[in-house]
Order: sequence, then structure tokens, then C-alpha cells
Amino acid sequence: MSQPSIVIVDYGVGNIRSIENAICSLGYRKIAVSMESAVLSSADAIVLPGVGAFGECAKNLRQRHLDEMLAEVALVKRTPLLGICVGMQLLAEYSLEGGYHHGLGWIPGSVQRLQLPGDHAVPHVGWNSLAGEKSDIMFSRLNSGAEFYFDHSYHFICDEKFVAAYVECGERFIAAVQLRNIFGVQFHPEKSHTNGLKLFRSFFEWVKAC
Amino acid sequence: MGKGMLKRRVAAVIYVKDGLVVQSIGFKRFLPIGRVDIAVRYLNEWGADEIVLLDIEASRKGAPPDMSVVAVAASMCRVPLAVGGGVATIQNARDLIRGGADKICINNAALASAELISDVAAEFGNQCVIGCIDAVCSEDGYRVFDHARGVATGVAVRAHAMRMSGAGAGEILITSVDRDGGKCGFDSRLVHEVCGAVKVPVICCGGAGTPQHFVDVFTETSVHAACGGNFFHYTEHSLTVTKSELVKAGIAVRHDTHARYETGKVDNAGRLTKREEPELAKLLYVRIPKEVI
Repeated sequence: MSQPSIVIVDYGVGNIRSIENAICSLGYRKIAVSMESAVLSSADAIVLPGVGAFGECAKNLRQRHLDEMLAEVALVKRTPLLGICVGMQLLAEYSLEGGYHHGLGWIPGSVQRLQLPGDHAVPHVGWNSLAGEKSDIMFSRLNSGAEFYFDHSYHFICDEKFVAAYVECGERFIAAVQLRNIFGVQFHPEKSHTNGLKLFRSFFEWVKAC
Repeated sequence: MGKGMLKRRVAAVIYVKDGLVVQSIGFKRFLPIGRVDIAVRYLNEWGADEIVLLDIEASRKGAPPDMSVVAVAASMCRVPLAVGGGVATIQNARDLIRGGADKICINNAALASAELISDVAAEFGNQCVIGCIDAVCSEDGYRVFDHARGVATGVAVRAHAMRMSGAGAGEILITSVDRDGGKCGFDSRLVHEVCGAVKVPVICCGGAGTPQHFVDVFTETSVHAACGGNFFHYTEHSLTVTKSELVKAGIAVRHDTHARYETGKVDNAGRLTKREEPELAKLLYVRIPKEVI
């Protein structure tokens, strides 16, 4: 394929424009922002954004029946999917942010409040370097320990085998996850300057080669 | 250096008045600088860790945020973009997020009540809300300044910061009105006071004139981020030089621009001094390949 067709899932919340701007600046032209089942099923890659409260995001996703549609493309068709921030957290089974909320449950794990030791402030906001990166699909164009922009108060907890990268701030927690064609990053590649663009480039070039 | 820890942020603040970037002096005088898109593009390239775009006229006029300015800024910005000025309703916040803002700055609307902060935090999360405070120094300590009316209120900055963070603000942006445009350094006492009052990250603004001012505020206080405005617009390579000086002082920052200047010398005004002729002659033939992502 000359240009992968990239669909950013539109479900009422999320910094969709930022992601679209960043991917567009890399020269990808077949980008759609959509919640239509036909568009989603024709995608070569799906980006699941997310800003805000987990419960609100999960509710919006279900109201639009996007949970079923996305399960069809990501789990059955195995279209590559990249969740960003809350979009990554939605991959978990549940979150404890403001009560108990069900996630998509595609990666066994949960989302819980960050408890950082000492005087480390929560939210964990700012630039931090990754540690123990495992996924070549996301990180092949980056030096190890590359810095990304984080902005979150809750974090993903899962088995080590699904972890694609960690981050440290007083203690170590999960920065990225991967299970087969499903990827998730806690940080914001669309807001991480050249490092973020390199991650997008690696991911979409891999999609192209698939 | 600095592996496995949160970096201190060097942010750039852009004040907008009638769609133009302006320099602000003491919140009273404003000098035009140029276009928003160009300012954002350059600051982004120079290595700003975050860009704060504030419309200083909107609240005074009672106007909503100018979405066209935000759209232009967002299209150029590859680092976090915080937007403020005129945010009075939850719908304003929704429009801004949809238009490409990553964080919402709430200032004037929170003077009377912190309800809007709670509402925006409930919908978009605490990390999305920056509680902004303009502070003036009075005999009784630091007081909140109402920039829309141009007067100091009787509210203590410390109490106001606590109220904002209690209502759900994920960060506090503290601006010293007294230091604004003064190029005499950050008000470390004010910054320290706010850092001690809240558990959330604090961003300071007002007074940056040299790289040393950033070193000072990061050494003297636990502030997470410091903003430069006029200094970054007017002094060439100031962002990169500032970060180099911070690295030299042992402060962990993101510093991955090609030019690093760690061996360069900086004069009292924060400008790079000319290098020795032999060194320049050598540099003449160094080929710097353009990085293609």
C-alpha cells in the first residue's frame, strides 16, 4: 500500500485535532476522523485517542456502539490499533477512576490511581524518559530512554508480558503496552515533538509493510 | 543524565491581543510582536517543552476564546498546548479541546467560584485544567489580581491556589504581575509559597530575562515548570541556551535539539558570546545533516 488508511476514532472526547495534525505533518494523507462502522472496518490502522475521565470515555464509546465495532476490527480482523493515554487505559478490563468502570478488556489488567512515593506530585505531568522498551514496532526509530510527554493521574497495571515500556518517577510504572496487533501508550506521542513523530512513523511504516 | 525522572519544563508563554502576539509589561503596556502561527512554529522548533497561549483581552471584553487563533496555533504545535483567556463556560472548554488545545487555563472565571474548574475537570480530567493566578505583592502578602478589572482583590494567593487545586485543577500557573515584562527574574518567594500550598505541579511565569533566572527558580523552589515570554521572542536561540545552562547547572530537562551550546559562553544579558575565530573556522566545514523523520 502506498498510503495506509488511518482512522482516528471520534467519540466525542479526546484531543483528536492534535493527533490528526501530528500524523498529517508526517505526510500521511488518508486520515479519517470517524465513528462509522464502514470507515473503521476499511482502516489499515486505528488510533484510539482519549483525554479526560475514564468513565466518561467508556460511556461515550458504548453509547456509540464503538466497543462492538472496535472489537470486530481489532480482535477479529486484527487491524493494528494504537491507544493513546485514556485510549490506552480503555484497553484494560476495568478502571477505578471515580468509581468502577468497565473497559474494553482486550489486555488483561486494570487502571488505578498513581501512588507516587515522597513528594512526587500527581498528576504525573511533564517529559519523562522511557525504560525497558520492548516493542520494535513503536520504538525502532528512537534511542533508548527517549523522552515523551506524560499527563495522567491513573496508570495501567498488567502482567509483565504485555508491557512494551516503563517509566520511572519515584517508582516504576507502565508507559506502553502491546498484545499482538493492539498497542497502547500512556504518554502523548502527538505532543512529544520529534520523538512522538518518530513513534508514529515507526508504527505506520510497520502498518504499511504488514 | 536525568534517566528515570520527571524533567523540569521550560515553557513559552504567548500573550495574544486582538489576534496578534504582544509583549506585556506589568499587565499595562503591550507591544506588538507578530503572528501567532510563526511564534508557535519557532518556539516549537526551538525546544519549548510546552506552549501557553493566553488571550489577555478576552475576559476584559467578555468575549469567548478566539477559535481561529487556537486552530492556527494547534496546527503548528507538536508539544502540549495550554490555552486560556475568556474561558467562562464548559462549552468554551469543549470547543478549545476540540480545536486542538490540550489543557484549559481558567483564570477570571474562577475568581468568584471554582465551579467551572470542577466542571471541566469532571469532563476532561484534572490533568486538563490549569488554574491560573495573577499575583501582586501587597503589604499583607501576595494577593490575587483581577486583570479584567485591573485591580487587586483581597484574596490571598495561597488560599486561592488551594481552592483551585481542591476544585480539581491539575496544575497551577502563577504569574507575578509585578515582575511581568521586567526581565529581573522570577519571584522565587511567591513561587515557593504556591508550591508549598498545593500538591499539584506548579508553573511560574513573569520576570524571565536570562537563562540564569531559570536556573535560579529551579534551584530555589520545587516548581515544575517556568515560562518565558518576551525573552524567548527577543533573544536569539534563548530557549536552547537556557536549556544548555540548566543542563550545566545539573537540572534535569529535556534537551534534544541539535544545537546544544553547552560549551558556549553566555553574557550577562543571556546572549551567546561570539566564539574564538579558530573554532568558528572549524565549524564552517562541519556538515549537519537535516534530520528526516
